[in-house]
Amino acid sequence: MIGLDIAFWILAVVGIVAALAVVLLRDIFRAAISMILCFLTVAGIYVTLSADFLAAVQVLIYVGAISVLVILAIMLTREVQRGSPSNKLRIPAFIVVVLFLGAVSFALLNTPWQVSAELPVEPTTAALATRLFGENGYILPVEIAAVLLLAAILGAIVLVREK
Amino acid sequence: MSVGLEHYLLLSAILFSIGLYGALVKRSAIVILMSIEIMLVAVSIAMVAFSRYIVPLLLTGQVFVIFIMVVAAAEAAVGLAIIIAIYRSRETIDATKIDLMKW
Repeated sequence: MIGLDIAFWILAVVGIVAALAVVLLRDIFRAAISMILCFLTVAGIYVTLSADFLAAVQVLIYVGAISVLVILAIMLTREVQRGSPSNKLRIPAFIVVVLFLGAVSFALLNTPWQVSAELPVEPTTAALATRLFGENGYILPVEIAAVLLLAAILGAIVLVREK
Repeated sequence: MSVGLEHYLLLSAILFSIGLYGALVKRSAIVILMSIEIMLVAVSIAMVAFSRYIVPLLLTGQVFVIFIMVVAAAEAAVGLAIIIAIYRSRETIDATKIDLMKW
Protein backbone atom coordinates (compact mmCIF):
# COMPACT_ATOMS: atom_id res chain seq x y z
CA MET A 1 0.00 0.00 0.00
CA ILE A 2 2.98 2.33 0.45
CA GLY A 3 3.25 2.69 -3.34
CA LEU A 4 -0.38 3.87 -3.50
CA ASP A 5 0.32 6.43 -0.77
CA ILE A 6 3.32 7.86 -2.63
CA ALA A 7 1.30 7.93 -5.87
CA PHE A 8 -1.53 9.76 -4.09
CA TRP A 9 0.75 12.45 -2.67
CA ILE A 10 2.51 13.08 -5.98
CA LEU A 11 -0.78 13.21 -7.90
CA ALA A 12 -2.43 15.44 -5.30
CA VAL A 13 0.40 17.98 -5.29
CA VAL A 14 0.69 18.06 -9.09
CA GLY A 15 -3.09 18.34 -9.45
CA ILE A 16 -3.39 21.24 -7.00
CA VAL A 17 -0.48 23.09 -8.59
CA ALA A 18 -2.00 22.59 -12.04
CA ALA A 19 -5.39 23.84 -10.83
CA LEU A 20 -3.72 26.89 -9.25
CA ALA A 21 -1.94 27.53 -12.55
CA VAL A 22 -5.30 27.51 -14.38
CA VAL A 23 -6.53 30.28 -12.08
CA LEU A 24 -3.33 32.31 -11.71
CA LEU A 25 -1.53 32.16 -15.08
CA ARG A 26 -1.81 35.24 -17.29
CA ASP A 27 -1.50 33.34 -20.57
CA ILE A 28 -4.90 31.76 -21.27
CA PHE A 29 -3.46 29.08 -23.57
CA ARG A 30 -1.03 27.91 -20.86
CA ALA A 31 -3.96 27.87 -18.44
CA ALA A 32 -5.77 25.48 -20.79
CA ILE A 33 -2.67 23.24 -21.00
CA SER A 34 -2.39 23.09 -17.20
CA MET A 35 -6.12 22.30 -17.05
CA ILE A 36 -5.33 19.22 -19.18
CA LEU A 37 -2.56 18.30 -16.70
CA CYS A 38 -5.03 18.66 -13.82
CA PHE A 39 -7.50 16.32 -15.57
CA LEU A 40 -4.73 13.76 -16.15
CA THR A 41 -3.74 13.75 -12.47
CA VAL A 42 -7.41 13.28 -11.55
CA ALA A 43 -7.43 10.19 -13.79
CA GLY A 44 -4.44 8.96 -11.77
CA ILE A 45 -6.34 9.66 -8.55
CA TYR A 46 -9.16 7.46 -9.88
CA VAL A 47 -6.61 4.69 -10.44
CA THR A 48 -5.45 4.93 -6.81
CA LEU A 49 -9.13 4.65 -5.81
CA SER A 50 -9.34 1.42 -7.89
CA ALA A 51 -11.82 2.97 -10.35
CA ASP A 52 -10.11 1.79 -13.53
CA PHE A 53 -13.04 2.30 -15.92
CA LEU A 54 -13.60 5.85 -14.69
CA ALA A 55 -9.90 6.65 -15.16
CA ALA A 56 -10.09 5.56 -18.80
CA VAL A 57 -13.31 7.51 -19.36
CA GLN A 58 -11.78 10.56 -17.65
CA VAL A 59 -8.86 10.52 -20.10
CA LEU A 60 -11.22 10.01 -23.06
CA ILE A 61 -13.81 12.67 -22.22
CA TYR A 62 -11.95 15.35 -20.28
CA VAL A 63 -8.43 15.11 -21.69
CA GLY A 64 -9.65 14.12 -25.15
CA ALA A 65 -12.87 15.97 -25.83
CA ILE A 66 -13.44 18.85 -23.42
CA SER A 67 -9.84 20.10 -23.62
CA VAL A 68 -10.00 20.14 -27.42
CA LEU A 69 -13.26 22.10 -27.25
CA VAL A 70 -11.74 24.63 -24.84
CA ILE A 71 -8.60 25.13 -26.93
CA LEU A 72 -10.73 25.46 -30.07
CA ALA A 73 -12.82 28.15 -28.36
CA ILE A 74 -9.66 29.99 -27.26
CA MET A 75 -8.36 29.96 -30.84
CA LEU A 76 -11.70 31.09 -32.28
CA THR A 77 -12.09 34.06 -29.93
CA ARG A 78 -8.57 35.57 -30.15
CA GLU A 79 -8.36 35.58 -26.37
CA VAL A 80 -4.64 34.69 -26.29
CA GLN A 81 -3.43 38.27 -26.69
CA ARG A 82 -5.74 39.70 -24.06
CA GLY A 83 -4.54 37.38 -21.30
CA SER A 84 -6.66 36.34 -18.35
CA PRO A 85 -7.30 39.37 -16.12
CA SER A 86 -9.24 39.39 -12.87
CA ASN A 87 -12.19 41.57 -11.97
CA LYS A 88 -12.51 43.89 -8.97
CA LEU A 89 -13.73 41.18 -6.60
CA ARG A 90 -10.37 39.49 -6.04
CA ILE A 91 -10.03 40.06 -2.27
CA PRO A 92 -13.69 39.44 -1.28
CA ALA A 93 -13.72 36.30 -3.44
CA PHE A 94 -10.51 35.09 -1.79
CA ILE A 95 -12.04 35.60 1.67
CA VAL A 96 -15.21 33.76 0.64
CA VAL A 97 -13.20 30.86 -0.78
CA VAL A 98 -11.00 30.57 2.34
CA LEU A 99 -14.08 30.61 4.58
CA PHE A 100 -15.73 27.96 2.40
CA LEU A 101 -12.63 25.76 2.46
CA GLY A 102 -12.33 26.11 6.23
CA ALA A 103 -15.97 25.20 6.81
CA VAL A 104 -15.84 22.20 4.49
CA SER A 105 -12.54 20.93 5.97
CA PHE A 106 -13.91 21.34 9.51
CA ALA A 107 -17.04 19.41 8.59
CA LEU A 108 -15.30 16.55 6.84
CA LEU A 109 -12.56 16.15 9.45
CA ASN A 110 -15.06 16.04 12.32
CA THR A 111 -17.54 13.63 10.79
CA PRO A 112 -17.22 10.01 12.00
CA TRP A 113 -17.21 8.30 8.59
CA GLN A 114 -18.21 4.64 8.69
CA VAL A 115 -15.33 3.36 6.59
CA SER A 116 -15.94 -0.17 5.33
CA ALA A 117 -13.14 -2.70 5.73
CA GLU A 118 -14.03 -4.62 2.55
CA LEU A 119 -11.74 -4.51 -0.44
CA PRO A 120 -13.16 -2.79 -3.56
CA VAL A 121 -14.20 -4.78 -6.62
CA GLU A 122 -11.61 -4.93 -9.37
CA PRO A 123 -11.87 -4.64 -12.36
CA THR A 124 -14.91 -2.41 -12.19
CA THR A 125 -16.12 -2.38 -15.82
CA ALA A 126 -18.40 -5.43 -15.66
CA ALA A 127 -19.60 -4.56 -12.16
CA LEU A 128 -20.47 -1.01 -13.30
CA ALA A 129 -22.38 -2.35 -16.32
CA THR A 130 -24.38 -4.68 -14.06
CA ARG A 131 -25.06 -1.78 -11.74
CA LEU A 132 -26.19 0.51 -14.59
CA PHE A 133 -28.28 -1.90 -16.64
CA GLY A 134 -29.16 -4.69 -14.21
CA GLU A 135 -32.01 -5.21 -11.79
CA ASN A 136 -32.81 -2.02 -9.79
CA GLY A 137 -30.35 -0.22 -12.03
CA TYR A 138 -30.21 3.14 -13.73
CA ILE A 139 -31.87 2.42 -17.10
CA LEU A 140 -34.06 5.53 -17.07
CA PRO A 141 -31.19 7.93 -16.17
CA VAL A 142 -29.07 6.39 -18.93
CA GLU A 143 -31.83 7.03 -21.47
CA ILE A 144 -32.31 10.58 -20.17
CA ALA A 145 -28.55 11.14 -20.44
CA ALA A 146 -28.71 10.12 -24.10
CA VAL A 147 -31.54 12.61 -24.73
CA LEU A 148 -29.59 15.30 -22.84
CA LEU A 149 -26.52 14.75 -25.03
CA LEU A 150 -28.65 14.92 -28.18
CA ALA A 151 -30.22 18.16 -26.98
CA ALA A 152 -26.77 19.58 -26.18
CA ILE A 153 -25.46 18.71 -29.66
CA LEU A 154 -28.49 20.27 -31.36
CA GLY A 155 -28.28 23.34 -29.12
CA ALA A 156 -24.59 23.85 -29.86
CA ILE A 157 -25.19 23.53 -33.62
CA VAL A 158 -28.09 25.99 -33.54
CA LEU A 159 -26.11 28.49 -31.44
CA VAL A 160 -23.04 28.66 -33.69
CA ARG A 161 -24.80 28.34 -37.06
CA GLU A 162 -24.29 31.19 -39.52
CA LYS A 163 -27.47 33.20 -39.89
CA MET B 1 -0.25 7.90 8.46
CA SER B 2 -1.74 5.96 5.61
CA VAL B 3 -3.86 7.71 2.99
CA GLY B 4 -7.57 7.41 3.78
CA LEU B 5 -10.96 8.88 2.97
CA GLU B 6 -10.19 12.24 4.61
CA HIS B 7 -7.19 12.84 2.35
CA TYR B 8 -9.26 12.37 -0.79
CA LEU B 9 -12.05 14.57 0.57
CA LEU B 10 -9.56 17.31 1.48
CA LEU B 11 -8.03 17.14 -2.01
CA SER B 12 -11.52 17.41 -3.47
CA ALA B 13 -12.34 20.40 -1.24
CA ILE B 14 -9.10 22.20 -2.19
CA LEU B 15 -9.65 21.64 -5.93
CA PHE B 16 -13.27 22.80 -5.59
CA SER B 17 -12.15 25.97 -3.77
CA ILE B 18 -9.60 26.77 -6.48
CA GLY B 19 -12.28 26.33 -9.12
CA LEU B 20 -14.70 28.48 -7.14
CA TYR B 21 -12.10 31.26 -6.86
CA GLY B 22 -11.49 31.15 -10.60
CA ALA B 23 -15.20 31.20 -11.41
CA LEU B 24 -15.77 34.21 -9.13
CA VAL B 25 -12.73 36.27 -10.09
CA LYS B 26 -11.88 35.73 -13.75
CA ARG B 27 -13.12 38.04 -16.48
CA SER B 28 -12.60 35.79 -19.48
CA ALA B 29 -15.67 33.59 -19.98
CA ILE B 30 -13.52 30.69 -21.20
CA VAL B 31 -11.44 30.69 -17.99
CA ILE B 32 -14.68 30.76 -15.98
CA LEU B 33 -15.84 27.68 -17.89
CA MET B 34 -12.49 25.96 -17.23
CA SER B 35 -12.85 26.71 -13.51
CA ILE B 36 -16.34 25.19 -13.53
CA GLU B 37 -14.93 22.03 -15.13
CA ILE B 38 -12.35 21.84 -12.31
CA MET B 39 -15.16 22.16 -9.76
CA LEU B 40 -17.07 19.29 -11.42
CA VAL B 41 -13.95 17.12 -11.40
CA ALA B 42 -13.38 17.89 -7.70
CA VAL B 43 -16.89 16.72 -6.86
CA SER B 44 -16.26 13.56 -8.89
CA ILE B 45 -13.18 12.80 -6.75
CA ALA B 46 -15.31 13.05 -3.61
CA MET B 47 -17.93 10.74 -5.16
CA VAL B 48 -15.38 8.07 -6.11
CA ALA B 49 -13.70 8.32 -2.68
CA PHE B 50 -17.03 7.78 -0.90
CA SER B 51 -17.78 4.87 -3.23
CA ARG B 52 -14.37 3.31 -2.52
CA TYR B 53 -14.33 3.72 1.26
CA ILE B 54 -17.97 3.66 2.44
CA VAL B 55 -19.69 1.20 0.04
CA PRO B 56 -16.86 -0.57 -1.83
CA LEU B 57 -19.12 -3.28 -3.25
CA LEU B 58 -22.03 -1.14 -4.49
CA LEU B 59 -20.20 1.30 -6.84
CA THR B 60 -22.99 3.87 -6.47
CA GLY B 61 -20.58 6.81 -6.45
CA GLN B 62 -18.96 5.66 -9.66
CA VAL B 63 -22.36 5.53 -11.38
CA PHE B 64 -22.93 9.11 -10.23
CA VAL B 65 -19.58 10.15 -11.70
CA ILE B 66 -20.57 8.72 -15.08
CA PHE B 67 -23.64 10.98 -15.09
CA ILE B 68 -21.55 13.95 -13.91
CA MET B 69 -19.30 13.37 -16.93
CA VAL B 70 -22.32 13.34 -19.28
CA VAL B 71 -23.52 16.64 -17.85
CA ALA B 72 -20.01 18.13 -17.99
CA ALA B 73 -19.64 17.22 -21.66
CA ALA B 74 -23.04 18.70 -22.52
CA GLU B 75 -22.23 21.82 -20.48
CA ALA B 76 -18.88 22.32 -22.18
CA ALA B 77 -20.40 21.98 -25.66
CA VAL B 78 -23.29 24.36 -25.03
CA GLY B 79 -21.22 26.80 -22.95
CA LEU B 80 -18.50 27.17 -25.54
CA ALA B 81 -21.13 27.53 -28.29
CA ILE B 82 -22.71 30.37 -26.30
CA ILE B 83 -19.29 32.00 -25.85
CA ILE B 84 -18.58 31.84 -29.59
CA ALA B 85 -22.05 33.23 -30.38
CA ILE B 86 -21.46 36.13 -27.96
CA TYR B 87 -18.03 36.76 -29.46
CA ARG B 88 -19.55 36.96 -32.94
CA SER B 89 -22.10 39.57 -31.98
CA ARG B 90 -20.13 41.65 -29.45
CA GLU B 91 -16.45 41.07 -30.31
CA THR B 92 -15.59 40.34 -26.66
CA ILE B 93 -16.00 37.56 -24.12
CA ASP B 94 -15.12 39.70 -21.11
CA ALA B 95 -17.68 38.72 -18.50
CA THR B 96 -17.76 42.25 -17.05
CA LYS B 97 -18.72 43.70 -20.44
CA ILE B 98 -21.44 41.15 -21.25
CA ASP B 99 -24.09 42.99 -19.23
CA LEU B 100 -27.10 43.26 -21.55
CA MET B 101 -29.30 41.51 -19.01
CA LYS B 102 -27.92 43.38 -16.02
CA TRP B 103 -30.58 45.53 -14.42
